[in-house]
Amino acid sequence: MATLRITDEGSVVDSQPKGEEISLAQWREGARPEAGRFSLSIPNTEDIDGLAEIVARFDGVILEFPHFTDGRAYSQARTLRERLRFKGEVKARGAVLCDQALFMARAGFDALEIGDGDPAGFIRALAAYSVFYQPAADAAAPARVLRGAKREAA
Amino acid sequence: MYRYDEFDETLVRERVAEFRGQVARRLSGELSEEAFKPLRLMNGLYLQLHAYMLRVAIPYGTLSSRQMRRLAHIASVYDKGYGHFTTRQNIQYNWPALIDVPDILDELADVEMHAIQTSGNCIRNITSDPFAGAIAGEIDDPRVWSELIRQWSSLHPEFSFLPRKFKIAVTASAEDRAAIKVHDIGLRIRKGADGERGFEVMVGGGLGRTPYIAETIREFLPERHLLSYLEAVMRIYNRLGRRDNKYKARVKILVAEDAAEFRRMVEDEWARSDKDSLDAPLDEIRRIRRHFTPPKFDRLAAESEAFDAARAARPEFDRWVKTNVLPHRQRGYAIVLISLKPIGKPPGDISARQMDAVADLAERYSFDEIRATHEQNLCLPHVRKDDLFAVWRTLDEAELATPNIGLVSDIIACPGLDYCDLANARSIPIAERIAERFADPEQAADIGELKVKISGCINACGHHHVGHIGILGVDKKGEEFYQIMLGGSGGADASLGVITGRGFSSSEIVDAVERLIRIYKANRVDGERFLDAYRRLGPETFKEALYGDAAHH
Repeated sequence: MATLRITDEGSVVDSQPKGEEISLAQWREGARPEAGRFSLSIPNTEDIDGLAEIVARFDGVILEFPHFTDGRAYSQARTLRERLRFKGEVKARGAVLCDQALFMARAGFDALEIGDGDPAGFIRALAAYSVFYQPAADAAAPARVLRGAKREAA
Repeated sequence: MYRYDEFDETLVRERVAEFRGQVARRLSGELSEEAFKPLRLMNGLYLQLHAYMLRVAIPYGTLSSRQMRRLAHIASVYDKGYGHFTTRQNIQYNWPALIDVPDILDELADVEMHAIQTSGNCIRNITSDPFAGAIAGEIDDPRVWSELIRQWSSLHPEFSFLPRKFKIAVTASAEDRAAIKVHDIGLRIRKGADGERGFEVMVGGGLGRTPYIAETIREFLPERHLLSYLEAVMRIYNRLGRRDNKYKARVKILVAEDAAEFRRMVEDEWARSDKDSLDAPLDEIRRIRRHFTPPKFDRLAAESEAFDAARAARPEFDRWVKTNVLPHRQRGYAIVLISLKPIGKPPGDISARQMDAVADLAERYSFDEIRATHEQNLCLPHVRKDDLFAVWRTLDEAELATPNIGLVSDIIACPGLDYCDLANARSIPIAERIAERFADPEQAADIGELKVKISGCINACGHHHVGHIGILGVDKKGEEFYQIMLGGSGGADASLGVITGRGFSSSEIVDAVERLIRIYKANRVDGERFLDAYRRLGPETFKEALYGDAAHH
């Protein structure tokens, strides 16, 4: 599956899986990450707050968009990043469309399974905005902070 | 009024560019209508029975004359010369061509306007009291907080794909002119025990198929924590709101199932949130507040001789003053309501020429300010009493001086089957015929305050649940029928109307309304409104008037 990886230096596409996957259901049946890199896939109905100790043992987390109108994984991603301080890769799977790519990046996703989507379209969409009104899980300073900085500079 | 800075301007321009690209992909065939639909719905563009409909946001109902002139220009150039003000203080154009929509959005961006989040399952345009900053008794200016919420909710990365649409209303008075208790979140600005300012937070109100009055989940939220608390409510809703059935997806369903549990979850989420990061810094709130400093009012006498003389000389002016002019908090000023309910015309419609006339009046007489009300009328918030007669004459020439604010012909109606593909029945013709039946202003004034609200289907866009008389269009074996509900109110004393019984055909419904009014007039005690009489007398008296003689037919 072609995956767009969003980094500070830009976005790149690769099709190499980064390690093995364990689903939350498998974890609950006793599967454990051992040698190598492991990602945990979590259904979008799970309360992320309750999974802190589990995700800490993984290099990555995979969150799902069964349909692009189902936005539960945005809340999961922000909780992972902002509350659990998860530093590994957070990957979006499922209905991952370029028109939502920037919301995903802002919510804390840094990898998008784009399938046969046009990478150039995704990269354009990620750069469509330079101003954001609210703080989120990305590094962008919201307008209210930039306004304050501008006032201080003046 | 709030004015854009470079950040606001850039964001809106970037939104237009993004949407222009999406429209181009649709026009080239790269996007199917199915794929395009959710994208256009993020930007207020609906496909209706006959054409596209574009809904333009008017944040908390405030407009400058420059903005109103631009709305007129868009109506003339891109539509059929008119627009339609909605129950959410927005304006809709019913006939734009898809290819023109990006240009319309550019024209709007020129005057600091947009169509962001006027549709879709996201946080919609924030609504508020149309008399903000003009009416006596406000604890604070609700526009300050409405603007803060507008910015926070715009293109929110977490809350743009909610289970269902989400509406927030803000008020700062004891009297509720924003129907906050029938919103997903209603915020009432209040003082706490120690005089500190904050919000009563109400969640889970709504109309539609299953109407609910909102529950207060927090009696007092210190104002500095508004955004972190809203984030907590939204996160719980985004996580747990139903997604398997669109008719059970609004937050009201979650709250109605177990309000105490909902409150517990929100408080728990909020307790763990990073408030320092989520809440707006004080200097940002101060920055927004500076945009709403009161206009430079003249120091005037409380009474105006010219005004009193004109009232005495011109009975039709006097009648209009009685219904359409309200006391202002500043001595010598008044609040003017402009009725968009001329007898026999679609409620909320306004021509481009009329929009220009209102813009001219606002510029000359009302510190350049216009408001849209949720009752589909307009307002000039700051008019000198000395100028009222001149304002009335101009309004009268523009056919905008219908003296019926709050009266039986000041009807809220959804577009109905004339425009909407969800509707079961027509709404506008019923509104027109009721208004015609009570067209005599003396008679209407005698009936007094009476809120008639009409929806063409159970989605309740015409707010029939909160009408003193609510009318719901239903389809009965292919024929349009109308059910009557009584006793609803969208005010501070919010209540939901109760259905009376069998529906009435299109030819019977106006007579039925007249029978209700007759029984009210026969039973009212001095000065009692229709709603008060209904609440005192109970439904049986009114049902008897509606159905008592059914055996004779």
